[in-house]
Amino acid sequence: MDAQNLDLAYLALAAILFAIGGVGLLIRRNPLVMIMCVELMLNAVNLTFVTFGKMLNDITGQVIVFFVLVVAAAEVVVGLGLVVAMSRRRPGADADDLRLLRG
Amino acid sequence: MVHLIWLVPALPLVGFTLLWFFGKRIGEPLAGWLGTAVVALSFLTTLVVFAGLWNEPDHTFQVNYFTWIPAGDFHVDIGFLLDPLSMAMIMFITGIGALIHLYSIGYMHGDSRFPRFFTYLNLFVFSMLMLVLGDNMVLTFLGWEGVGACSYLLISFWFEKEANASAGKKAFVTNRVGDWGFMVAMFMAFFTFGSLNWTTITSQAPGLAQTTATFIAVMLLIGAVGKSAQLPLFIWLPDAMAGPTPVSALIHAATMVTAGVYLLVRANPVLAASADWVPWLIAIIGAATLFIAATIAVAQTDIKKVLAYSTVSQLGYMFLAVGSGGYSAAIFHMITHAFFKATLFLGSGSVIHGMHDEQDMRRMGALRKVMPLTAFAFIIGWLAIAGVPPFSGFWSKDDILSFALHKSPILYVVGLIGALLTAFYMSRQVFMVFFGNARWGESGDAELAALEAHQTGAGDAADTAAAGSHAAGADDLGDATAADADAGSVAVATEHHGEHVTPHESPWLMTLPILVLAFFAAVAGVLNLPFSESTEFLNRWLEPVVGANQAVVDESTLQLIVELTISTIFALTGIALAYAVYMKRKVDHRKIELPFLYNGWYIDHGVTVFMGGPGRKLFDLVALFDRVVIDGAVNGVGRLSRGGAARLRTVQNGYVRWYALMIGLGAVLIVAFILTQVSFS
Amino acid sequence: MTVEAFVFGVCAVVVLVGGLGVVMSRNPVHSALSLVATLFGIAVLFLNLDAQLLAAVQVIVYTGAIVVLILFVMMLLGVDKDDDLETEPLVGQRVLAVLVGLIMVGAVLAVIIIGGHNAVTGARSVTGQLAGGYDNVYELGRQLFTTYVFPLEVTAGLLTIAVVGAVVLSRRPKDVQPIPEPESMIDQGDEPLTLTHEEGAH
Repeated sequence: MDAQNLDLAYLALAAILFAIGGVGLLIRRNPLVMIMCVELMLNAVNLTFVTFGKMLNDITGQVIVFFVLVVAAAEVVVGLGLVVAMSRRRPGADADDLRLLRG
Repeated sequence: MVHLIWLVPALPLVGFTLLWFFGKRIGEPLAGWLGTAVVALSFLTTLVVFAGLWNEPDHTFQVNYFTWIPAGDFHVDIGFLLDPLSMAMIMFITGIGALIHLYSIGYMHGDSRFPRFFTYLNLFVFSMLMLVLGDNMVLTFLGWEGVGACSYLLISFWFEKEANASAGKKAFVTNRVGDWGFMVAMFMAFFTFGSLNWTTITSQAPGLAQTTATFIAVMLLIGAVGKSAQLPLFIWLPDAMAGPTPVSALIHAATMVTAGVYLLVRANPVLAASADWVPWLIAIIGAATLFIAATIAVAQTDIKKVLAYSTVSQLGYMFLAVGSGGYSAAIFHMITHAFFKATLFLGSGSVIHGMHDEQDMRRMGALRKVMPLTAFAFIIGWLAIAGVPPFSGFWSKDDILSFALHKSPILYVVGLIGALLTAFYMSRQVFMVFFGNARWGESGDAELAALEAHQTGAGDAADTAAAGSHAAGADDLGDATAADADAGSVAVATEHHGEHVTPHESPWLMTLPILVLAFFAAVAGVLNLPFSESTEFLNRWLEPVVGANQAVVDESTLQLIVELTISTIFALTGIALAYAVYMKRKVDHRKIELPFLYNGWYIDHGVTVFMGGPGRKLFDLVALFDRVVIDGAVNGVGRLSRGGAARLRTVQNGYVRWYALMIGLGAVLIVAFILTQVSFS
Repeated sequence: MTVEAFVFGVCAVVVLVGGLGVVMSRNPVHSALSLVATLFGIAVLFLNLDAQLLAAVQVIVYTGAIVVLILFVMMLLGVDKDDDLETEPLVGQRVLAVLVGLIMVGAVLAVIIIGGHNAVTGARSVTGQLAGGYDNVYELGRQLFTTYVFPLEVTAGLLTIAVVGAVVLSRRPKDVQPIPEPESMIDQGDEPLTLTHEEGAH
């Protein structure tokens, strides 16, 4: 009853958070803020998975989240390495300054 | 023995190849003898083949050597169709060809490109033989184009002079108009019959739908009109006189121009299956041409131009015969014309040679005393073409006239008037050149000036050989009268332009062929005497080819004799008129030699004006269309692609955020689409 | 109102405010702090959903390691000054981005609302009972090391690679080549396709 309705609320919340993260990714130019928006999106997805696990009465949802966490960590590490490498070449660079690959 | 037929075209081809590669090394006169020898051998082979052909059924022999173009169901073979028609033609082609080769050795003596001349002549003989012997339309067309190309090469032989080169081009381009007709006829024939083999076409022609047959016939007629210099495509033939005289004799009198008539005779079943107005059209074209050309010839002053227009006129007679259903008469006239016209042309070449390249008849006169052999041969040719019995031209021309009368009395009358004019202008030529007073001496100057003042009119720009720029020099070597009494010996002559020339007789290399041809011009009439069926050799010989479609003219002996008498009277009247005007000076010749006639009824002039004016505009329009519409369309496609691509490439602007947005947009659209397809249970 | 619902409400607000804060803060450091708030909210929501281990891991790994890492890099690069949020060089980017976001939310909400509980169509209880006799850590561990052991090992390899990659990427290069400015796309122009008027007719 209440619990079931809440599940859908979790899903809705995750969707909204995902959208916020997506829009932020498209709008912000600062590379670090963009990485943070990606984290937002990943967290929304995590929430969704856990909710699904609850709704389907399955532990698999949480296992997936586990892996997402690990991979997200790895990804942030590499992303920050990229940001550092980029900032060395052009101090104060943002995402718009990397546009050599163009048609 | 008929199997030797392959030798007949092969020998000139070998001659051509040898002369092409080794001609320069062989040099004069050996190159000339080589060229002559191969054609003479070819002629002897034709005699042998002729003997063998008597034993063949229907006097027809077909042989297929190999497949030249295999293309699925359709194939073009190299094969020969040796039937009475082609047999007759190859005999006189090689025979007259050999004689003209012999003549050329003498005529082209001293020319810097002597071997090359014989190379082209041999190639020409080969092409002409292929034209006549080919067993399918493609081979005939090969020969057709080959003779056209050789004609171009030979007319422009002295291409250093611009006018000669232009004449060659004019001949080729005008022929091309006719060739278009031939090609379209070939396409239609292939479309209709599925094969281009002459035997197939002629045997299946009676079953043709009339419109198809008419179309093919008209297209072939266009081709023939171009090649045989009929109205309106005859304008190239007078200009073609810019080539050396042996060329004029061989190509433009005896052989190439007859290819059109040959084509029509070969395709006579198609003509028979076509609409009734087609033969009428042919006959009318022939009649109009013979009349117009004859009137033009009356006013010409260049010795070769008279003969050129005469050729056009005689070809008109042949077309008249074809149109009237007298195919064998056309061939008969073709043969006799070959003999007497070659005689006349070679004779005129001898005169030109003897007069040191003088071609204006107004500067000649009384040459019979200086060049008796030439004069003798020329006179025989003259009598033959004028239609004086018992020379050959009389019989063949009368043959045609009887068919014309059978077709329509009007055509008959036109033919008779043409005969009168022929006799007139040929007699005029003979009197001006060989008789009368010698105008190549001092006494002729004043007369010449008066004559020249009359003749200038809006003229033929290509009248190269008129030699009008000879300023009459005041001195005279005084040899004129001496040469008068000096008959037959080769006098020492001075050759400076602007001074008087002393003519002389030509060497035996030139006079022998002329005399041989004159002999045949005299006696060739026996081929087809109309007195009884047994004397009409040619008619009977050609029957397997044309017999089914030849008009049958039933004449009583009385009618025949009346016709013959009328023809003779007209011929003699023409001669008498010419005598009165030119020898006795009873009528002022200026009243007859009108500028209108001299300028060819302004037909050529009209063509030039049209081509230069409206014609040019039309061509420019076509070129513009090509440039703007067609090129524009093709380029436009390219430009469109480039423009579109240039706009599209702005999508890939390099901004990562933009790409991310595009990804998001795409994903959202897909999701939205899927949602519309999904149903919720 | 049950406890769960109340907690959900509060955490939802925190999460959303934090998310908006990340996106709309001018200062990147403020964004980072907003991110922390969001992550905390998510962690509490995990607790609400009976995912205790994950809540703990979320706080330790995400908040404690990743955000700290981001802050370190921020300080390292000196990017703590304010961003320029007014200008947008790409035409239509903001409008389209918002549109995309709205449609995405709308789509998912539509699915949830229309579908209700039928929106989730997976099979129930395939692997392991969530609410079974065992507690969460035990069940999670068991599944990780039996059914999902292969992905686990691969992920371990992935982590190693990531670390090595990061080290390689952030090495100080010998000669620092600046990022060049790309050529303009508009100024290149098109050569005429044919030179009809200059060359003349073919």
